[in-house]
Amino acid sequence: MKILLITEQREGKWNNISFETLAAAQQMVQQTKGSLSAVVISKGVAALGDELAAFQLDEVLLVEHSLLEKYTPDGFSIALRQVIESAKPDLVLLPHTYQVRDFAPKLAASMGKGMIGDCIGYRYENNGLIFVRQMFQGRTSADVVFTGEGPWVASFQAGAFRADLAAKNGSGKVPVKPVPVELKAEQIRTKPLELFREAKQAVDLTQAPVLVSVGRGIKAPENIALAEKLAKLMGGEVSASRPICDEGWLPMDRQIGSSGQTVAPKLYLALGISGAIQHVVGMKASRTIAAINKDANAPIFEVADYGVVGDLFEIVPAIIEELEKK
Amino acid sequence: MKIGVFVKQVPAKDAPLAIVEGGAWIRENDISFETNEPDTYALEEALRLKEKHQGEVVAISMGPERSKQTIKEALAKGADRGIHVLDAEFYKLDPLASARSLAAAIKAENFDLILTGLQSDDHGFGQTGVLLAELLGRPHATIIMAIEVIGSGLKLKRELEAGWFQWVEIPLPAVLTIQSGINKPRYATLKGIMAAKKKEIATVDRKTLGVADAPTQHIERIYVPQKTKKTEFITGQPQEIAAKLIEKLKHEARVL
Repeated sequence: MKILLITEQREGKWNNISFETLAAAQQMVQQTKGSLSAVVISKGVAALGDELAAFQLDEVLLVEHSLLEKYTPDGFSIALRQVIESAKPDLVLLPHTYQVRDFAPKLAASMGKGMIGDCIGYRYENNGLIFVRQMFQGRTSADVVFTGEGPWVASFQAGAFRADLAAKNGSGKVPVKPVPVELKAEQIRTKPLELFREAKQAVDLTQAPVLVSVGRGIKAPENIALAEKLAKLMGGEVSASRPICDEGWLPMDRQIGSSGQTVAPKLYLALGISGAIQHVVGMKASRTIAAINKDANAPIFEVADYGVVGDLFEIVPAIIEELEKK
Repeated sequence: MKIGVFVKQVPAKDAPLAIVEGGAWIRENDISFETNEPDTYALEEALRLKEKHQGEVVAISMGPERSKQTIKEALAKGADRGIHVLDAEFYKLDPLASARSLAAAIKAENFDLILTGLQSDDHGFGQTGVLLAELLGRPHATIIMAIEVIGSGLKLKRELEAGWFQWVEIPLPAVLTIQSGINKPRYATLKGIMAAKKKEIATVDRKTLGVADAPTQHIERIYVPQKTKKTEFITGQPQEIAAKLIEKLKHEARVL
């Protein structure tokens, strides 16, 4: 199978998930006895192309144009469609980033093709690829296959593969081929302006050894104090899933997940967090995960080492009492 | 400004999910449904834009008969009318066929602005907004956290990853997908619920739209995932649970 991997960078720095998807692509190429081309797209990114050429693949395609320096969905879709039409891959693989969500469905549809997005893995069975993605907020999985002719487009979720397993070349570097694309300013309808961060982060959750994290199950803003008390006794910080920050019950810089911080504390204690994918990607690398939830089927228990099915308003006060005893 | 907002009806968050034999979909009997939460933010944003800049808000939903309830809720909150694209087997459609159907159903409306939630809590494809833009030939922007009307276009705050944002400008007509948390969705008032009863919901049978729904992908099977980690469940009275959990965290996991 001929695979085209589209990598992602911002302002000359790799988005590391590109190498996770590279590891997936290398594995698929091995299984299908295929070939792998990897695209670097922007402007002035030859150094990244050169770096990528040290990995185990067949070629690097360097797609540079002044109109691609800043990302736009129009620019990327038009340029990548030309790359796909000349490289003729069977499968286009991308890391499932916010940027990919923004352009990849459009790119696929512009060719009349479909995309299987946000996959957590795949299986190679009977000479075919079966993609696995989550549905119902992680409460179920689904096996999905492409139908009809390629090129097919698929993306892998952050953490689905390990970046450190992306294999380097045994000897030397593979060729880096510049691919010219035709692009006119009037084809690009969005005008990208500056990138910025909100007010400086007041708390760096990545440094906390223990996180007591609250989700919808905490029910009301006045109950956050309970989690704060527990966090203090455990020598940690309070964090939250997105809905809690959306409600304004905790500031946005306390949010864990794909749109917030990614953490790996010694202990992550999830209180009333169901464990939607967007949250789990931000905390699943924690050394120990304990979860308290009233729903025994909550997906948070998929990643928890210790689970308690019950009412957090009964159990948390008991834990506090237990810790205060000593 | 004429705004179309797409709202989907999905299983309630706490609904127990059971999968039908063969794994094609979930058992819909006996569970309750609600408006897809990300779409409630899109609806609220549409209503606020209308309040500020005048115009009309049309709520569109595709799904079986039950989906009409989600349109009614949008009307009760202040949408002016609804379009229900009826298809009892909507779950068999892939993202492209869904978007083609929705595009065909609303093409004649010529909306200035189309809003969708970020993704649905059932399929979770997260593609509908982007695909609608492509099929209708409109520009789009996704994961939007703020909308300002400037001249004949919009200035938008896009959320990127890891706490980064970006401002982008986009001409109208356009399609936006709205990030959850952009606003505080309102509740329907009693007055709104009464007023909604007089509002029009047009029903379009999806099969009459003449959309080729040759799928690009096929869901072979939906299933409950196998656990990758073995969870040790701690049971008992709250005091016993607390004592056991602390003991395990201190002496087994050694993280306290």
